[in-house]
Amino acid sequence: MEVSCTHCSLPVPRGLIEEGANEQFCCAGCRTVYETLQGAGLQRFYELSEQTNDAPPRQASTSGRGFTEFDHEDFLARYVDSNEEGFSQATLYLEGVHCAACVWLVEKLPTIVPGVLEARLDIGRAIVTLSWRTDQVALSVIARTLDRLGYPPHPLQDGEEQQQRRKEARAALLRIGVAGALAGNVMGIAFALYGGYLQGMEQNLRDFFRWSAMLLTLVSLLWPGRVFFRGAWASLRTRTPHMDLPIAIGIGAGFFGGAWHTITGTGEVYFESVAVLVFLLLVGRHVQSKQQRRAYEAMELLHALTPGTARRNTGSGFEEVPILSLQKGDQVEVRGAETAPADGTVVEGESSFDMAVLSGETRPIAVQQGGRVFAGTLNLGARVVLEVDSTGADSRVGRLLQLVEQHAKRPAAIVRVADRISGVFTVVVLLLAAITGLWWSQSGPDQALENAIALLIVACPCALGLATPLAVVAAVGRAARSGILVKGGDALERLASPGILVLDKTGTLTQGAVSVVQWHGESKLQAAVAALEEHASHPFAGALVEFGQSQAAALESAAVAEPQSSYTTSISTASGAALTHPIQVEDVEAIPGKGVRGKVNGQLLCIGAPAWIAEQGADLPPEWITQVLDRALSPVAILQTDSRGQITAIAMAGIGDAIQPDAPRVVAELQEVGWQLQIMSGDHPQVVAAVAAKLGMEKEHSHGGLSPEQKLAAIEELRAQQSQASHSLPVLMVGDGWNDAAALAAADVGIAVHGSAEASLAAADVFLSAPGLGGVAGLLEGAKRTVRVIRRNLAVSLAYNGIGVALAMTGVLNPLLAAVLMPVSSLTVVSVAWRSRTFT
Amino acid sequence: MSVVYVVLPLALLIAAVAVGAFAWAAKRGQFDDLETPAHRMLHDDDPIEQPDSKQSDSENPKTS
Repeated sequence: MEVSCTHCSLPVPRGLIEEGANEQFCCAGCRTVYETLQGAGLQRFYELSEQTNDAPPRQASTSGRGFTEFDHEDFLARYVDSNEEGFSQATLYLEGVHCAACVWLVEKLPTIVPGVLEARLDIGRAIVTLSWRTDQVALSVIARTLDRLGYPPHPLQDGEEQQQRRKEARAALLRIGVAGALAGNVMGIAFALYGGYLQGMEQNLRDFFRWSAMLLTLVSLLWPGRVFFRGAWASLRTRTPHMDLPIAIGIGAGFFGGAWHTITGTGEVYFESVAVLVFLLLVGRHVQSKQQRRAYEAMELLHALTPGTARRNTGSGFEEVPILSLQKGDQVEVRGAETAPADGTVVEGESSFDMAVLSGETRPIAVQQGGRVFAGTLNLGARVVLEVDSTGADSRVGRLLQLVEQHAKRPAAIVRVADRISGVFTVVVLLLAAITGLWWSQSGPDQALENAIALLIVACPCALGLATPLAVVAAVGRAARSGILVKGGDALERLASPGILVLDKTGTLTQGAVSVVQWHGESKLQAAVAALEEHASHPFAGALVEFGQSQAAALESAAVAEPQSSYTTSISTASGAALTHPIQVEDVEAIPGKGVRGKVNGQLLCIGAPAWIAEQGADLPPEWITQVLDRALSPVAILQTDSRGQITAIAMAGIGDAIQPDAPRVVAELQEVGWQLQIMSGDHPQVVAAVAAKLGMEKEHSHGGLSPEQKLAAIEELRAQQSQASHSLPVLMVGDGWNDAAALAAADVGIAVHGSAEASLAAADVFLSAPGLGGVAGLLEGAKRTVRVIRRNLAVSLAYNGIGVALAMTGVLNPLLAAVLMPVSSLTVVSVAWRSRTFT
Repeated sequence: MSVVYVVLPLALLIAAVAVGAFAWAAKRGQFDDLETPAHRMLHDDDPIEQPDSKQSDSENPKTS
């Protein structure tokens, strides 16, 4: 039976199902968010997210932190604008924002937290602008509330670079508006002139219209159209052919030809085509730069997500300081559920750390005095004190981020190809125009000029300049609605034909968290096991505690104590009774390499490796172990003996990371259409091999025990191999947005499947909001269709250009006809690009 | 037809006013976020009880 989470609708892991409860949660984050929403009377959130037909709420990731550093004066000075009257304003980046209901919820903040005046969310960038009264509420309180709603906040400072970019974007928009208004008016005047051709028009009136159109077009060239002349000038100066060159010559020649005819009162004018051309090209350019801006912003957010402060030992106590002021040799405190601010060695305390950021290993790593801890890793246990040895960019995660950045900045192959094509295109068009002009100069300069201008106008590369970016934007928009975020259009092209698909195991093929997946034997031991494991610190302790407690909670709330079918024994009423008494735990002793032993309610309980339990005379059924190993899980055996040393109960738990339910189907589908699949994981090679076998993948294509650096190297090697092969295949990487970041950036296309969307997009080209592999198949299919649309558009517009150029060279096409044909053809490709069904 | 000599400049003047309004809106950042308002307008269900709201509108620290 599958139970789905009340908050996010994901399946609830078996160990967390609460029998008989109305609400079921897949994780603590979802529970916190649900309870917060209920407490604040905001249940409408669920209604809204259903109504808007969006994806259901995402699995919530509350950090549970105190956010006390948000009240530190250094923090306030850096990130918060305050005025004398006690009003403050700040912008925060929120993790987990994804749908219309999120907008509603975040903007309800003034009703949840008194003292908050306004919260405005920008859903595209997941940035909230808050204003609040400093005397009524502290920023840390607001931050904690946002966190409990499932949107952990991160400070965000508008850098100079960002402000500059925003200014540029606004200027570009203004240019489009001006160019559009001018083009519309020139077009209107042109219609009057067309009428004049047909019905005749007074000479004075015609000249008046012509002069008006010329003045408006001049404004269009001098103001919005200036960018093309600037580009053309740069192209001339650097001697690199660029699309701006024929565009500038085309619109320049069109204008001056028309101006000559206007002044002399002869021939035709083509101001409307010049003005419309300027407008359409600016639109295409704006659409393209919007995509690029998104990529840059993602990169900056990645930096915003690393912790900003640390608690440093000042000799008399610990003081919160910005991470920038940390130095080698400083001692910093890392409390439970906090991220380490720098690389260092443990000097005090012991705990276990989630190193998944770096190693991809799901199992917590125990650290003691002298052990190494890395920046960005999460403390799962007790407080430790670190002696810092490297910080910031020198830390391991910092170096990794630098690798990501290097790879992300590498220009995509397709961009370089497009640049080369447009360079060639430019030269060819200019040459043809020159030849046409020369050829027709036999029939007089007027004829030569007219035909050359007609050619320049008709050869306007609308498909290259407008239809392709529009097709990509339309596809990206459709993809986003189905939960697939694509950073750049070039990624779609490389996803369109089968290649090598490298999969990360943790979180991609599997669910990404250690839990008790199987339980064999006495289930009444579960509560005792949980009680004992609470005193232990070995890696599986957390999973056993969580499992036991959730079972206990289920028992308490269950009116019907139905035995779960997968268990080999039924839950006896005796264990239910035992739960109501407090469980006494004594004499806990950890035996290195074997397990843990202790007295629970007077009975001796041993939990550990099956071999160790067997040594003590327990008779563990071999099929338990086979079943556990079959699912690529780790076995943990449990033995209970009474005071006389008599064995009273045995059990076994299969602990591990369960395979995603849709993984086998998707793997089979992908292999069928020709993708070569590989697994690269930081997890133990044996576990990885078991997962590969389970999914029907070849053993030599599964690699375990790889560090992020090794994964990066492996991806680069694959790409190098492919670039030498005669028929090179694209190398795709599907993985976690954090610990696979470098490998994702290095791959031809990186696809991130979990983590925070914006941070993932810094390194990856694609982010799938649904966990698991389900979205990958849809993504590949959609990419295929998008590329088909683009190719069709290019073919249509090249054919059109070819015919147009031929007609212009033979003198059939006059500039006026060219000017009419140009927007007609552009509108055709544009509407085809916009309307085609790519992603469903 | 001489009315055209008056009407065309007048039309252009109106267009200029529209462009001016657009320029003003673009400079104020009205078009920075084109996505959220489409969602937001669907959400105005119940009026938010908030005594400070009137005051805050006029006194918020302004961003550029």
